[in-house]
Amino acid sequence: MTVLTSAKLLTGGEAVAHAMRQVNPDVVPVYPITPQTPIIETFAKLAAAGLADAEIVNVESEHSAMSAAVGAALAGARTMTATSSQGLALMAEVVYIAASMRAPVVMAVGNRALSGPINIHCDHSDAMLVRDSGCVQLFAQDAQEAYDLMVMAPRIAERGDVLLPVLVGLDGFTVTHLAEPVELLPDEAVREFVGEYSIPHSLLGGDVTTHGPFAMPDSYFELKVGQARALDCALHAFAEVAHEFAELSGRKLGVLDAYRLEDAGRAIVLLGSTAGTVKDVVDELRAQEEEVGVLAIRSFRPFPRGEIRAALEWLDEAAVLDRALSPGAFAPLYAEIAAATYNTDLHLRSHVYGLGGRDLLPEHIRAVFAGTAPDFPGLRWDA
Amino acid sequence: MGRLKTLVRNEAGTPPLAGGHSLCQGCGVPLVVRVVLDSITTPKVVINATGCLEVATTRYPTTAWNVPWLHVAFENAAAAASGVESAYRALRKQGRLADELTFVVFAGDGGTYDIGLQALSGALERGHRFVFVCYDNEAYMNTGIQRSGATPFGASTTTSPAGLESFGKAQQRKDMTAIAVAHHIPYVAQAAGSFWHDLSVKVEQAAAASGPAFLNVLSDCPLGWGHDAKLGPEVGRLAVETRFWPLYDVVDGAYRLTHDVPKPRPVAEWLRPQARFAHLFRDGGERLVAEIQRRVDDDWSSLVARCAAQR
Amino acid sequence: MAELKPWVERSTSPRVRTGGWRTAGVPRADLERCTNCLLCWLYCPDSAVRLDGTTFVGFDEDVCKGCAVCVEVCPTDAIRMEDE
Repeated sequence: MTVLTSAKLLTGGEAVAHAMRQVNPDVVPVYPITPQTPIIETFAKLAAAGLADAEIVNVESEHSAMSAAVGAALAGARTMTATSSQGLALMAEVVYIAASMRAPVVMAVGNRALSGPINIHCDHSDAMLVRDSGCVQLFAQDAQEAYDLMVMAPRIAERGDVLLPVLVGLDGFTVTHLAEPVELLPDEAVREFVGEYSIPHSLLGGDVTTHGPFAMPDSYFELKVGQARALDCALHAFAEVAHEFAELSGRKLGVLDAYRLEDAGRAIVLLGSTAGTVKDVVDELRAQEEEVGVLAIRSFRPFPRGEIRAALEWLDEAAVLDRALSPGAFAPLYAEIAAATYNTDLHLRSHVYGLGGRDLLPEHIRAVFAGTAPDFPGLRWDA
Repeated sequence: MGRLKTLVRNEAGTPPLAGGHSLCQGCGVPLVVRVVLDSITTPKVVINATGCLEVATTRYPTTAWNVPWLHVAFENAAAAASGVESAYRALRKQGRLADELTFVVFAGDGGTYDIGLQALSGALERGHRFVFVCYDNEAYMNTGIQRSGATPFGASTTTSPAGLESFGKAQQRKDMTAIAVAHHIPYVAQAAGSFWHDLSVKVEQAAAASGPAFLNVLSDCPLGWGHDAKLGPEVGRLAVETRFWPLYDVVDGAYRLTHDVPKPRPVAEWLRPQARFAHLFRDGGERLVAEIQRRVDDDWSSLVARCAAQR
Repeated sequence: MAELKPWVERSTSPRVRTGGWRTAGVPRADLERCTNCLLCWLYCPDSAVRLDGTTFVGFDEDVCKGCAVCVEVCPTDAIRMEDE
């Protein structure tokens, strides 16, 4: 049954804050960092107006934000927070620990470049820093998706076979600060959708549990593999939750967003908001009879390797656009796409774009599709 | 004796920290843990920083803890506790949790004075209600006796060893108790495992405080301090009886001496039984011992003056 | 000081027998000298003193590491380390 909704003009940051308001978490540790600050400011304003009940904990650093989040989540409280860039870097140790302790914290990440030099604008280097942490990592393309994914996230995080942190990435400034029409679900619909928070063996649940033990070589391996298996379960969890969400909202989000890909010969593969620009160029080129398409990835972790292979294997060429570098090695998304499409006839190219917030313009994208992209400033070409 | 029997009854046959852990023979920490937990009458949840206590008591798949227990990392025990305490308040407000609980944080001096200082400071400033117990054995013992901000002047550790060119730690240790007092929390105390009665009384007050409470508890370490395992309680007593480690508390900013030492023993009697100070008793060490004595005397006078000012 | 209210179940963890650490004997108590002061129970780092109510019963040799702190704190010299 699709529930009627009404659209509001909201920035991505505000949309995330409204999702948080409707999910109504119990504990929200917050620490400011550009460009996620509008999220926590908007949420704090909503809470002060009595529209959200969370215990807002104004911690003294992001490391403490994630530490408090782990404590709260394991104590039996639904917990959400937000960060970016250096904040994510500072809390990285605890992000790994949160996943290992199966703490289903939901965190919005306003994707921003990592220092140095210090830069407050968008790229995906912060997300790439924690890609091995064991968390679910999702990428929103716009404010609507940021809202949708934040509403879905607690359901994915808290599923019994997952029980992992979920990071919802939204591009810094491009999504966090740009206003778009966003359809919000009714409050009760979200409340009913997320349900009550409940984890097995919570600290305050009354039984004696030891959380965060010390493991020797005889057990660490198996514990880590078990944790990794839980992340694999998140693919199925995402699909099921997205199905339910679609019934509620009329919007179906998949782990992949394949746009005009079915009969394409060439495609661009990427994460995040630039997919919007690429889709515009695809429409333009399609009108000129060019067989092009785009594959935007929503679930970066777990990485949907089977689905990606199936989506790309019959294409002639694909250009992977990475908004992060891996100095001394292949760009991160490119490396994973290459591994997923290994032994197919797909010809792959790697480009790095948009570091530190530099815009990617339609003319660059046209050049990528044409295979003629020289070294534009801000668009590195790698054969 | 009444208090000791009450501690026994509070354990009700199930020690909060059971035997079978791998803390050293004669370790002074379990005494502190049990006195603290047995002196609190509500159910407790323990948050533990990385360190001797945490590592030696929770080797997977075993645990020595008979209370709900959380360890996240080294520097963030106070932050993790802030999250647990916030969850508790949220759940109580919603009527989803009826029980009254007390949150106890255990961290060594490393996880309190040094790497743990930021998280502790933030938690104290925000006013979370928990009892933070620093088991202060004056060095990073778990990793092999490296110096910390709590290591006393002149102590030999593996990273401030005494040798031809060095007399051990060249810096005075931080006054962590004063740092806690500076956060204007309801209850701060300095205590010692060797004075368990005084510690137990302080724990009661700490648990009853309407906000954060901080206890800095000197805990002896036979391995790190360099003395026979069985002499821990005696060495711990000497710390107090030489005025090296005064026992006092600060209630809403008002200082009280809880154990007066009118006839102090010379500080050398505290230093001599410990191998970490042995180099001070070789040629040329007298001036260092005198320096330590001077500092102990000055600190005691200041403390007494602060206590007098409250009356 | 009020008594503790029971709230939680015990841990179900298996036990580790650290009694194997002993190298210099095991504590033995002379019950005639014992006054049930309970100081050995308090000071034992390994929770190895067994009580019946508030009466000393013996030592838990499964976990006692033989540190001899109990010998030192006993006010009536009722405890001695003996060869095993």
